[in-house]
Amino acid sequence: MTINTFSQDGVQRQQMPCLTKMERMIISMQDPDMGIKLRNQRLLITVIPHAMTGADIFEWLIKKFSISDEEALHIGQIFVKYGYIYPLKEPRNLILKVDNSPYRFQTPYYWMSTRWPASELDYAIYLTKKNIRKQGDLIEYEKECYNALHKRINHTWDFVVMQAREQLRASKQRRKADRIVLECQEQAYWLVNRPPPGTLDNIDHGPERRTTNTRVQLNADFYKKEIEHNRISLARNRVKSSICLESYVKYCEQYQPHDPIMQGCLPSNPWITDDIMFWNMNCETVSVQTKLRVERWSFSFMELLSDPVGRKEFLTYLEKEFSAENLCFWQACEDVRHGETSKIPGKVDEVYKQFLAPGASRWVNIDSKTMEKTLEGFKRPHRFVLDDAQMHIYFLMKKDSYPRYLKSDLYKNLLARAVVPQETKKSVLPFIHRQRHSSPSPALATQAAEDDGKAKNSNSFKSNSGTASRL
Amino acid sequence: MEMAAQPSDTLATLKTESETLKTKLEEERAKLHDVELHQVAEKTEALGQFIMKTRRTLKGHGNKVLCLDWCKDKRRIVSSSQDGKVIVWDAFTTNKEHAVTMPCTWVMACAYAPSGCAVACGGLDNKCSVYPLSLDKNENLAAKKKSVAMHTNYLSACCFTNSDMQILTSSGDGTCALWDVESGQMLQSFHGHAADVLCLDLAPSETGNTFVSGGCDKKSCVWDMRTGQCVQSFETHESDINSVRYYPSGDAFASGSDDATCRLYDLRADREVAIYSKESIIFGASSVDFSLSGRLLFGGYNDYTINVWDVLKGTRVSILFGHENRVSTLRISPDGTAFCSGSWDHTLRVWA
Repeated sequence: MTINTFSQDGVQRQQMPCLTKMERMIISMQDPDMGIKLRNQRLLITVIPHAMTGADIFEWLIKKFSISDEEALHIGQIFVKYGYIYPLKEPRNLILKVDNSPYRFQTPYYWMSTRWPASELDYAIYLTKKNIRKQGDLIEYEKECYNALHKRINHTWDFVVMQAREQLRASKQRRKADRIVLECQEQAYWLVNRPPPGTLDNIDHGPERRTTNTRVQLNADFYKKEIEHNRISLARNRVKSSICLESYVKYCEQYQPHDPIMQGCLPSNPWITDDIMFWNMNCETVSVQTKLRVERWSFSFMELLSDPVGRKEFLTYLEKEFSAENLCFWQACEDVRHGETSKIPGKVDEVYKQFLAPGASRWVNIDSKTMEKTLEGFKRPHRFVLDDAQMHIYFLMKKDSYPRYLKSDLYKNLLARAVVPQETKKSVLPFIHRQRHSSPSPALATQAAEDDGKAKNSNSFKSNSGTASRL
Repeated sequence: MEMAAQPSDTLATLKTESETLKTKLEEERAKLHDVELHQVAEKTEALGQFIMKTRRTLKGHGNKVLCLDWCKDKRRIVSSSQDGKVIVWDAFTTNKEHAVTMPCTWVMACAYAPSGCAVACGGLDNKCSVYPLSLDKNENLAAKKKSVAMHTNYLSACCFTNSDMQILTSSGDGTCALWDVESGQMLQSFHGHAADVLCLDLAPSETGNTFVSGGCDKKSCVWDMRTGQCVQSFETHESDINSVRYYPSGDAFASGSDDATCRLYDLRADREVAIYSKESIIFGASSVDFSLSGRLLFGGYNDYTINVWDVLKGTRVSILFGHENRVSTLRISPDGTAFCSGSWDHTLRVWA
């Protein structure tokens, strides 16, 4: 996440959307009417005012957000972890206990967003105070930090010690209850901002992201381009929401039986039962397909082409119709578009010879305007030079051959022969699972193919991608 | 003495003009918005009880897992982490099959090649490199490494286009780019984001020529891969966009952001059509993906949880606990049988 810190007159301000949201929630938790009821809590012999129990926090969260116990506990933990609520009993343990353990709201002075990043100087003063109070008996990691700081900011150490002494003196003059509260507040703040080794560091955010002072030149050109883009966008044709949104309902409905997470899959989900039949029955080389798979080819032309088996079947149909060259042409175009840049001129040449040249052996019927444009582009062949021609043929197949294929005997017979797998139940004994078999790595298939001297790009795991091999 | 026009005046004027146009654009977009998604979905059956459990835990990374990608074989996964390690797993058996140590830390991007024979990765080295996967145990994968992409700042995401031959990248330098793997040449660059670009996704459309990106400028942009032009852009999020993912039909995409919301944008309606949020969700969504039918949207969040949303009705179906630190990456498997989540707790979990 982006932490924006901008120095304005030496004041560092931090914005993190999650902190803002947390703080809003903390404030509502402290609302005199709708918030948590605060009362005095007894800590050994001292009475601490304005405190609450872990159970109070838990119950308030459940009621306010209508969430489960688990989620309420989870959110409560976050508030304690980030130092917005701190425990009075066992103050070094920043967790939420859902019982009558006492907790208090951290003062905004010590909120993460108010004082970020934690100042080294402040930490030195804090540790010095502790050192003085405990007469040198600091916890191991605190001792290390103390010594390291002493070395690093040695030049201001007199100031540090003076501040520490002054603060200790001032605190001695307070009432015991106040003193305990102030000590807890300060300690909680440092536990969050200087977490002990081994605990989760909430401040760790990963590589720096920039939203101000970015690496993009926000110059006149940038804004001019943006203006141009916005102008074009304004003139864009839009579709009514009702039409667009209806299509999602239809899509979800159509694909629901195919969605293993929504409706399960037959014979079983391999991840749940450890049985890989589902994958075996749906692989490319299977002789009989499943009903769902064959049905899916009827959803859209794209679905048919995406499935290598579907594509093969469609080609067989086209061959019967003497229009197989269309699909071959389409595939050759895919090969140009997605293949190596260096091979483009050679491939384009081949495509021209096989499919577009007058009298070509597999001539495809493209309208004259597209043909003219394509041939012009051949003068300087590039990756997308065949796009228009490819789209023309694609839509030709989609509007004509594809619907007829779906009505053909070839498809209907395939659908009739397709199977619905029998369900495999999960093993009854919970801890005994089936042996999980390895599968050959796709890299192996290629290695073997390479050894055989075949083309590097063909292998059995490629489904709808990679350079298409000539069928 | 003549006063030259202050450059800052012109810049400020241009900026204002752009902002004004943006406001007008939102007004135009609102005009055809005649119904909300959840209203259209009223007649759709509500989802029943939702149970998903961790079925596999992949342990082996010594540090935060930052990215993952599935192999087309539906069971292998490549993952990358903060300490520079990139691991290829057979997630089904949980065996590690390959491991590469990158010369940099924070490997924020990794991708599996469509053929299953190589992986691409990069991060703080500002590059995207391709490693062919060798099965020779003695072979040092790093030796065959191919440097493909070069940005001027960190690599945030990468993915292969429909073949092993081209890679799309996004970077902290504010740009995206398309690269030819063989030559390492940049085929196209995409400029338009005003800050770090954090994520991208390729469109599953028939013509396959567009992709969407999201960045720290709170903007998501749809790009034409051939011309390099930004075709559409949306600016409704209130913070960094960490993840973008197309709806399976390609007509829409979802985005997850630090503003603790996920949003759905329809490309034909040209507007935001749904917001997935809850008052109790405080932390940002780092990674999103759809189930196969597009009915469910899975979001990995920075508060260690995974929230599952009913895309049509806009409600949260379930919250999954398990990870012990931020969920940084989440992808559904190619056949939709499971999804995998990677976390800063050093593990990956496969859920089904």
